[in-house]
Amino acid sequence: MIRTVGLTKYYGVHPAIQGLTFEAAPREILGFLGPNGAGKTTTMRILAGFMPPSEGRAEVAGFDVVDQSLEVRRRVGYLPETVPLYPDLSVTEYLGYMGSLRRVGNLDQRIDEVLEEVGLTERSESYIGNLSKGLRQRLGLAQALLHKPQVLILDEPTIGLDPAQIIDVRRLIQELGKERTVMLSTHILSEAQQLCDRVLIINKGSIVAEDTPANLQAQLAGAEQLIVRVSGADGALAQAIGRIPGVAKVTQDPGAGELRVETSPGHDVRAQLARTVVEEGYDLLELRPAGLSLESIFLQLTKEGLPVGGRD
Amino acid sequence: MQNSWTIARREFRHYFVSPIAYAVAIFLFVVLGILFYVNVSFGMATGQIPPDGRVVMGPMVTLLLLTVPFLTMRLIAEEAGSGTIELLLTAPIRDWELVLGKWLGAIGFIGLLLAITWIYPIVLHRMTTPGIDQGVLLVAYLGLLLMMSSIVAIGVMVSAFFRNSLAAGFATLTVILILWVIGGLASGYGGANEVLRYLSFGDHLFDNLFQGVLDLSDVLYYGSLTVLSLFVASQVVESHRWR
Repeated sequence: MIRTVGLTKYYGVHPAIQGLTFEAAPREILGFLGPNGAGKTTTMRILAGFMPPSEGRAEVAGFDVVDQSLEVRRRVGYLPETVPLYPDLSVTEYLGYMGSLRRVGNLDQRIDEVLEEVGLTERSESYIGNLSKGLRQRLGLAQALLHKPQVLILDEPTIGLDPAQIIDVRRLIQELGKERTVMLSTHILSEAQQLCDRVLIINKGSIVAEDTPANLQAQLAGAEQLIVRVSGADGALAQAIGRIPGVAKVTQDPGAGELRVETSPGHDVRAQLARTVVEEGYDLLELRPAGLSLESIFLQLTKEGLPVGGRD
Repeated sequence: MQNSWTIARREFRHYFVSPIAYAVAIFLFVVLGILFYVNVSFGMATGQIPPDGRVVMGPMVTLLLLTVPFLTMRLIAEEAGSGTIELLLTAPIRDWELVLGKWLGAIGFIGLLLAITWIYPIVLHRMTTPGIDQGVLLVAYLGLLLMMSSIVAIGVMVSAFFRNSLAAGFATLTVILILWVIGGLASGYGGANEVLRYLSFGDHLFDNLFQGVLDLSDVLYYGSLTVLSLFVASQVVESHRWR
């Protein structure tokens, strides 16, 4: 549904993105993850038909973004990072305007549907200038959905929302991803983990990793880690655990009363660990595996420091 | 083309919620009203009522030249400044459709203002016997509309270069004033005379159209200035994609 080959964009001499090659399948939610300035917005703008790439090609729904830009734009719903709206229009007027430009059939009915979908029905007559940031974000999303696009491109769709709104919008995106291809950018890792079928990690304009969130974790996790919570954990217990065969390292977090136990690959030490804790006279409160979070993977992949700059 | 109409409707309506549009309209009607009153009462006192609508239209041209840039300044600059242009340029519309729609919306509003000023010639017509020459008046208004169409097109073009509306407004004013004074320069130079005079903004209006003479070359002048400006404007809009 989306395919890019060697996508490159220069601002002046500085490349914002360089040689991006990736694909997104129909009905896939593709996450675009990277620090600010990594080139996420640039890529999305190219795919939405806003700007042409300096080099490389991109196809959306089978159409070239440069040569068949109008066809691409007909099939893409795009939510820019800072949702630009007209404050002098009401919600309905705005959607009416964007809907006419997109030649949406049965426009009034479609506006009602979309407002329902994003939960803005009650504010349909409000002026955009009076809407909160969260409501504007939803209106931006409504605008992107109006023409039932095959591909949705959402640039930081949850930025600036409060926690309840974030949950709402994420739920909506998941719902939308069942019928169409969604590409969303975010720098919130848990969001990518939660929403996306596949994640591209981009840094300094290049893709540094690409896989499902689970596989990325598996690839980079290496040795397994266990979190052990014990009442009154102390150094003596840590030493006792350290003697268990298969335990590679024990680190103690005194504040939380937790021990982090790293095991050598191929060893399951959980049963022995539980026994040891009890035999040493401590109460075992919790024993759970600690997967390497996407966060640490992300930091690992992008740790070379901040990107050189450019527009994101 | 349908897209242009959609955009034109939006722009036309926007003027009715725009404080600047109201300020311009009030300024125009109040100053015109005062000038009209002074002229007519002076005419009555001296026993000579000015015989045609030009008593209104002369000052109106000057007033419009000074105020129209402030009606056109935000057309594209505001979209670029606030970022709304991003959603327009990712909608399935062509750059020229956007530019044409902006121009249509603005010329529609200015056409409405012009239509309202028609009230002064009507009053004058009633006050005088045998009335004023409607043919001359009609051609003069047509000339004024043609001139406005090119001014608005220049306004759209200049607005496309800017992200700040006010800057666009003053830049448009500058361009228009340069075109306006070019005719004055014409008298001083030998060879370039004819060219400069043809380029002059005001001469086409005052020398022919205001006299009731509908000359094709004048229509062509304002028409081509409009088309050229709109063409440049759509190129500049396209350049937003490369920035």
